[in-house]
Amino acid sequence: MYQDTILDYYAHPVGKGLSDSFDVEVHHINTSCGDEITLRATMADGAIESVTWDGVGCSISMASMSIVAEMATGKPAQHFTAALTEFTTLMDGQGAMNADEQLLGEAVAFVGVAKFPARVKCALLGWKALEDAVNQMNGGSHE
Amino acid sequence: MDALRIRDDFPILRRTVHGKPLIYLDSAATSQKPEVVIDAESDFYRLHNAAAHRGSHALAEEATACYEGARQRIADFVGAPAFELVFTRSATDSINLIAHGFLAATDHARQGRSADRRFVLNPGDSIVITEMEHHANLVPWQELCAKTGATLRWVSVDPSGRLRTEELDELVDASTRLVSWTHASNVLGHVVDPRPFVQAAAKSGAVTILDACQSIPHMPVTLPSLGVDFAVWSAHKMLGPTGIGFLWGRSELLNALPAVDTGGSMIGKVTMQGSTYLDAPARFEPGVPPMAQAVAAAAAVEYLSSVGMSEVFAHVSALASDAAQRLHAIDGVSVLGSPEDAPAIGVSFTVDGIHPHDVGQLLDADGIAVRVGHHCAWPLMQALGVPATVRASFSVYSTADEVAALVDSVMRCQEFFRLRTAGNGSSRTTGQVTSQVTSQVTGTVAT
Repeated sequence: MYQDTILDYYAHPVGKGLSDSFDVEVHHINTSCGDEITLRATMADGAIESVTWDGVGCSISMASMSIVAEMATGKPAQHFTAALTEFTTLMDGQGAMNADEQLLGEAVAFVGVAKFPARVKCALLGWKALEDAVNQMNGGSHE
Repeated sequence: MDALRIRDDFPILRRTVHGKPLIYLDSAATSQKPEVVIDAESDFYRLHNAAAHRGSHALAEEATACYEGARQRIADFVGAPAFELVFTRSATDSINLIAHGFLAATDHARQGRSADRRFVLNPGDSIVITEMEHHANLVPWQELCAKTGATLRWVSVDPSGRLRTEELDELVDASTRLVSWTHASNVLGHVVDPRPFVQAAAKSGAVTILDACQSIPHMPVTLPSLGVDFAVWSAHKMLGPTGIGFLWGRSELLNALPAVDTGGSMIGKVTMQGSTYLDAPARFEPGVPPMAQAVAAAAAVEYLSSVGMSEVFAHVSALASDAAQRLHAIDGVSVLGSPEDAPAIGVSFTVDGIHPHDVGQLLDADGIAVRVGHHCAWPLMQALGVPATVRASFSVYSTADEVAALVDSVMRCQEFFRLRTAGNGSSRTTGQVTSQVTSQVTGTVAT
């Protein structure tokens, strides 16, 4: 479960530290364990321009957030959405590599997490936060 | 008390987890069950099953005798008369039963119906709890305050984890209708002296409730001698079955509390125009009751009594303080709680740089079951300034060897994270170099 990639991103987070400029801010909580992430993002021309975040949580949730931030930044929002679909499939796979490794990139490291149902929500926290932010930016509910 | 002999009575302790012998240190969440409890529950179904308090056939009589016999046995265990003991679904249910009773009395008063004023809440009235409470002794009161306009006040916890009971003098005043607090912290594991709360509540005649979920399973408790009006606890934390909890109340007060859930077997007389209700405990037990669970809970009480509650407390508190000392001695491990409050039923700790969930996962790989997270006491986490903790908690079957295994596993966990997340900026390769070493200590999780 604790693959090197995960511990690596946990020790060296990407995108951590909230930027002052942002289109939307979301706050997501893992109610069963208390992990929290605040995420700020900007979008331009359908692409995710910046993702910054701050939060407290376990190595799984924090590393996952870093990997999502790194992967999504500078790419079309559709790319993130497609990767999220693959990641959700991976998390439903109970440890089987059942998703598109190309699209998942570094996030393939979480394959072992899917063997521990209680930790799946940790791995998904950052993804769900960015999904929420992207939906809000697409829906124009921000000013 | 011989914990090794006691362990033979608990079938689950023979199993393995991830190929390692189970080390179950999560008894504060729920305890394991001895064979006699499992047998008592299934024997009821095998031999006596019928609906208690209904019918006059032999099995119905037996079921009634089993159920009421269990009530007597469990009431004896806490030094109370049987007619003061109500069977509920859980301790949480017991607290909600009182909260809903307050709400019903308040509604009755507002409708001009008769209501016992001790349970009537008006805007400006207050309820006093503590910042250390389990959500079950917090959220129902938040709800009740929102519905009645009463104000929730609480005794705060200092950063060391000490309850500032000196605040009771100011918090409890003429407006206070209810004071409810824990008898032992489910997070910090120490016993809370009820006396300051009882004394403060007496000033305004407030109703008092003791959350005894973590005390009654581990120590001798004679409820009527504590000076409280109500107490709640559950069977599953005291070697008993799930699905049944307890509400003890002083008889006079219990019978003044409005019935909340209504239906069969709690009624006196029913006509199409209206109904009368029985006295407690039947008043609060509509429907066919949890007979098999009551019988199994009585078997659990019997089992604990045969060990002796003073013995249980001596055993469990010795393990808790041993664990606290040994964990405290590890560099980078912090044991939570005030030095004034000796851990009695368990111990909470954090490990520098490693989130409690990661600690819990690595302990699990060693077959060690601990609770990680906020322990349904989120405000206490905030007061202590931590997002979560690791909690090891004990019962009659816990041993000093298990404490030693916990301590070893925590140190291996530190070693694992130290090697794998070395902050040298190139740990992606460092991790690979060290993976051979760490695979030995992490077992199944390293894959």
